[in-house]
Amino acid sequence: MNLKQDFPLLQNSKITYLDSGATSQKPLQVIHAVQEFYEKYNANPHRGAYTLSMEATEIYENTRQKIAHFINSKHTEEIIFSKNATEALNLLAYSYGMENLKNGDEIVLSIMEHHSNLVPWQKVSKVTGANLKYMYIGSDFEIADEEIETKITDQTKIVGITHVSNVLGTINNVKKIIKHAHKKGAVVIVDASQSIPHMKIDVQDLDCDFLVFSGHKMLAPLGIGVLYGKRELLNQMNPFLMGGDMIEYVYEQETTFAPLPNKFEAGTQNVEGVIGLGAAIDYIEKIGYDTIQEIEKEIVSYARQELSKLDYLTLYLTPNEANHSGVISFNIKGVHPHDVASILDSQNVCIRSGNHCAQPLMRFLGIDSTCRASFYFYNDKEDVDRLVWALKKAYEMFKKYITK
Amino acid sequence: MDDLNDIYNDLIMEHSMNSCHKKKLGKCDFCQMGHNPNCGDEISLEIKLNGNVIENLAFTGHGCAISQASTSIMIDTLIGKSIEEAKEIVQTFIEMIKREETNEENLKKLEDAIAFRNICNMPARVKCALLAWHTIEDILKEKEAKNEK
Repeated sequence: MNLKQDFPLLQNSKITYLDSGATSQKPLQVIHAVQEFYEKYNANPHRGAYTLSMEATEIYENTRQKIAHFINSKHTEEIIFSKNATEALNLLAYSYGMENLKNGDEIVLSIMEHHSNLVPWQKVSKVTGANLKYMYIGSDFEIADEEIETKITDQTKIVGITHVSNVLGTINNVKKIIKHAHKKGAVVIVDASQSIPHMKIDVQDLDCDFLVFSGHKMLAPLGIGVLYGKRELLNQMNPFLMGGDMIEYVYEQETTFAPLPNKFEAGTQNVEGVIGLGAAIDYIEKIGYDTIQEIEKEIVSYARQELSKLDYLTLYLTPNEANHSGVISFNIKGVHPHDVASILDSQNVCIRSGNHCAQPLMRFLGIDSTCRASFYFYNDKEDVDRLVWALKKAYEMFKKYITK
Repeated sequence: MDDLNDIYNDLIMEHSMNSCHKKKLGKCDFCQMGHNPNCGDEISLEIKLNGNVIENLAFTGHGCAISQASTSIMIDTLIGKSIEEAKEIVQTFIEMIKREETNEENLKKLEDAIAFRNICNMPARVKCALLAWHTIEDILKEKEAKNEK
């Protein structure tokens, strides 16, 4: 199965793309779906009484249903469209956190959260007086059970946890965290941005209260994200953004709001993004998560093995392969990641370098930044070989100057 | 690849990995932090003046080879210069990076710092090369503001 051929960008350039953790490339099926929407169905959903607008509404709402089915949510209106995971998390911080937390309550996050699931909670903590606490990782780059049990207490009202770390690739035991948090009476927000491209998400099985993800890391266009929330919780919450399409009656001084899901979708939405996300889900379902995992397991195991052979590398990854997804952070000892990334770029190998929007994690690890290679099912072993070859080249360039 | 060897040359590598200017000055007249939040590069510049002349300059901090080397080479160039000369050199460097200044005669005053003239071929790294220069620009402005008071 040559899946690369579905991705025009990978076909049209010589690059080895190892930054799918930042954004995935897009298959033709997604690109065509977006184009087809504009060629055949473009109108503003929920607005017009004419056929075209109703068709646009139907495609838009059918995609909501498709997503509900994809992540196994009980009700379709539990799916809210957002700009990205960040916006969905801000919605939760403002419409849930700000209104339900008080002085002395606790918000518990993991130290490996992306800034998007951290900075909004700092704001909530500052405004409400709730304490912000962190679950730290051990030397295996995983959160120990004991850490979960001691940090999430009777005072904890919100737990924010990333399903898969965008820096370490660690797959967190979210099911255990959710179970323990529920015992303590807290709601749990799962950031599935780095997991949903690679593994089946079942919100009922996880029993998470909220879950967010971005479309663009799972083959969909940029600028579309999803918030899932349990219906009873979403119903209790106030709207986040005010404006068109989220209202029922508007008077000069008062407004009543639309029911779910429109209550949380103010203004004209990113309809092409929604259509593209629908096509991305079709694509993923066509290949199947089993196949995706099989392909990725082979590539990532190979990458772990080959990178481990380079003794000048420091790798930041769990030794438990079963708990590791497709993200590998590393450094060439004594060489700054930006220099490594520039040299790799000159060899057409695209990796990310920097703090990966996870400065608290970097500080905890005692480093400023890392190089990060992240894989998806369209990568192959040759991509790993090119990465290793380019790393050898980078090391050769720096070898005689490295002082330590 | 030519661009790459052009940038990661001996001069830049030596300065980045082994700079004699990377230290704390015991006493200084001005100290200024500079950072690039996107990449985490952070430097702290210390300057010691003797009247109108930059008697000593040093830096601490961390960052990529290009930001470290650019800082070190800038210090090499500016030590012993008057404030006025320094301002001109800083201005010329920034203009060179933006490709606004290409006159070879004018570029001569940059001394070794001319090594960064091709950094514009690596747009992602321009801000690394400019970090120290913008930081000293701030110091020189601060000095000027102080003089005017």
